[in-house]
Amino acid sequence: MSRRVLAVLLENEPGALSRVVGLFAQRNYNIETLTVAPTEDATLSRVTLSTDGSDEKIEQITKHLNRLVDVVKVLDLHEAACVERELMFVKINAQGPDRAEVKRTCDIFRGQIVDVTATAYTVQLTGESRKLDAFIRALDRSAIIEVVRSGVSGISRGEKVLSA
Amino acid sequence: MSETLSGADMLVRALQDEGVEYLFGYPGGAALHIYDAIFKQQKVEHILVRHEQAATHMADGYARATGKPGVVLVTSGPGATNAITGIATAYMDSTPLIVISGQVPTSQIGTDAFQETDMVGVSRPVVKHSFLIRDCAEIPRTIKTAFHLATTGRPGPVVIDVPKDTTDPDITAPYDYPESIRLRSYKPAKRGNGRQLRKAAKALVEAERPIIYSGGGVVQGDAGPALTRLAHRLGAPVTNTLMGLGAFPGDDPQFIGMLGMHGTYEANMAMHHADLIFAVGARFDDRVTNNPDKFCPDARIIHVDVDPTSISKIISADIPIVGDALSVLEELDALLETELAGHSERPGAAASKAWWGQICEWRDAYGLDHVMKPREDGVILPQQVIQSLYRATKGNAYVTSDVGQHQMFAAQYYKFPEGRRWINSGGLGTMGFGLPAAMGVQFAYPQATVACVTGEGSFMMNMQELSTCLQYGLPIKIVCVNNQALGMVKQWQDMQYSGRHSESTYSDSLPDFKTLVEAFGHVGFRIDHTSDLDAAMDEAFSAKLKDKVVFVDVWVDPDEHVYPMAIKGGSMRDMYLNKITTSQQGDYM
Ligand SMILES: Cc1ncc(C[n+]2csc(CCOP(=O)(O)OP(=O)(O)O)c2C)c(N)n1
Ligand SMILES: [Mg+2]
Repeated sequence: MSRRVLAVLLENEPGALSRVVGLFAQRNYNIETLTVAPTEDATLSRVTLSTDGSDEKIEQITKHLNRLVDVVKVLDLHEAACVERELMFVKINAQGPDRAEVKRTCDIFRGQIVDVTATAYTVQLTGESRKLDAFIRALDRSAIIEVVRSGVSGISRGEKVLSA
Repeated sequence: MSETLSGADMLVRALQDEGVEYLFGYPGGAALHIYDAIFKQQKVEHILVRHEQAATHMADGYARATGKPGVVLVTSGPGATNAITGIATAYMDSTPLIVISGQVPTSQIGTDAFQETDMVGVSRPVVKHSFLIRDCAEIPRTIKTAFHLATTGRPGPVVIDVPKDTTDPDITAPYDYPESIRLRSYKPAKRGNGRQLRKAAKALVEAERPIIYSGGGVVQGDAGPALTRLAHRLGAPVTNTLMGLGAFPGDDPQFIGMLGMHGTYEANMAMHHADLIFAVGARFDDRVTNNPDKFCPDARIIHVDVDPTSISKIISADIPIVGDALSVLEELDALLETELAGHSERPGAAASKAWWGQICEWRDAYGLDHVMKPREDGVILPQQVIQSLYRATKGNAYVTSDVGQHQMFAAQYYKFPEGRRWINSGGLGTMGFGLPAAMGVQFAYPQATVACVTGEGSFMMNMQELSTCLQYGLPIKIVCVNNQALGMVKQWQDMQYSGRHSESTYSDSLPDFKTLVEAFGHVGFRIDHTSDLDAAMDEAFSAKLKDKVVFVDVWVDPDEHVYPMAIKGGSMRDMYLNKITTSQQGDYM
């Protein structure tokens, strides 16, 4: 079992995404994160999804995705070197003596404070999912007010491309 | 200059341009513009069914018998949901179907309008693809694409949901029917990979204990003759799945019967002991493999399928070949021909003689002729009903079936000369499939002998179609293996629940089927003694009753079980052979 990231080029049609999501539910595969947006070509969407499973399972998922009529191409990003990033916002209780501590932790992780009130900071952080997890762990659990994560987006390094 | 037509007229015109002969359907509010367009033309004949589920099975039967797509038209809401069972049935067995459903007007979608169902959503897990029409101008291209998708690659059902406003007679658009369709996201495999083919050819000529395991894909791909040629060249034993029966002739000496849960002893034993399994258009279904962990321990596996998702899904293949069954079999046969040229026999041939000797021993010990014990008191055994049917029709009928014991007996005892002759719901196992499917076949081939083997339980799930048979003069012969019970359920209860027949019997409340079919305007017989069986069967198929629906209600031994039967959790060689014997005592190798 390992975490895997799949990039999927999809016809930008109504219902296309529901077929992808439906496939995972129907075949009892897990979706851990999912991001989707149109590409520079407005007729195509690009989905990045992370899941876990053995090599055989990932191969089956890939084949099933390819079988969907709306799916143009699928790439297992972990097949070769890739860049993966995730965006996170965390609203953190920052009052009294803790306020400086939150700021320091944020600096260590190269987070940006994007909103400030008298009692809270909202921190923006980008990076690999592991780094985001580490930031959460570094904070005092009870100080966290709200967390939102974008899910992973990824792209291959070097010459390798995913295009129609 | 292209013509300008309303959405409804375009839809019907597109069906004409696709060469559609029959449209199986049932009207309702959301489809009425389309029905009006149908009324105005003669080319596409609409068949008025009595239930939408039956419309989909009819179209499915038509498609399985001809290889052409079956086309269905239903209204929104309940019309659409009634069609779902038939769509799922077609999906599981990969038959090409186009299902057009009416939908509430676009402006009302999402408002819980009268008879609104999200048909695209409800059908999503059981279709190859689906469309929601947004503008009448999309109709021609969408229909072309739907036919292309349904019939190419691994075939399957495609739904087109048509909101009522897009068929409005007052809104028109130019009609141009595309010649062909290219989709950047859909490129079904055709030819197999050359290197893999050569590897497969080498493995086949060297094999000492080879077996050919062929499935529905060979029937669908019309590759039966190609398979037969290759099998004859190799001299290897052939087994067919429930879906693949007929692809290799049932009376060929190399045929060793169906395999799997109710497969023959010799087919299952041969699979288990093979050193090479050549699987074509089959998917290692759980009803075939029994416990995948114990599956065929010594075998290398060549797996040919047009759908890459079927390969290594359950059992990992040593030589996977993605491609169309016909193209792969033809190329492989040509390779074998060159490979064998100059040799008097193939390298594995000597060992294969011993292999055939072993298979014949298995057949002589527990072949189908030995698992059935005719009774001396005149009580009819269900197997005898099929034997009698085979005799009366000389093996030349199209046979559809329902689901249950009678289905397995038909698969075991009727020998099909070619593909597309045996039509049953293998994947979904849909009771109620048999009669409407037979009707679809009879529409396709009005002169052919079409028999529906059914059980009294299954028959009652779509018997309203007897009325449709009368309307269109479809002379189906219905052979009801009446065991006064949900026999297959009862068998499992006998074997796994110490004989507790929970909700599987109803003998006190069965209708008198003879009177019932007479009320529908047809002919009925009822028999319950072996001495009457052949005569009744002959009369049913006689010239005198050629134009009639005949229902032969055969009362059989209610306690008979289907054997062999796989022992759950075991390997393919683990079978119950009758009520007291299992194969585990008779292990030969
Ligand atoms: C629609 C549907 N419901 C339930 C079942 C489960 N089932 C499988 S076989 C069977 C009994 C069928 O009875 P009958 O048609 O009389 O055939 P028999 O087994 O007695 O030959 C049942 C209930 C099914 N296959 N399909
Ligand atoms: Mg019965």
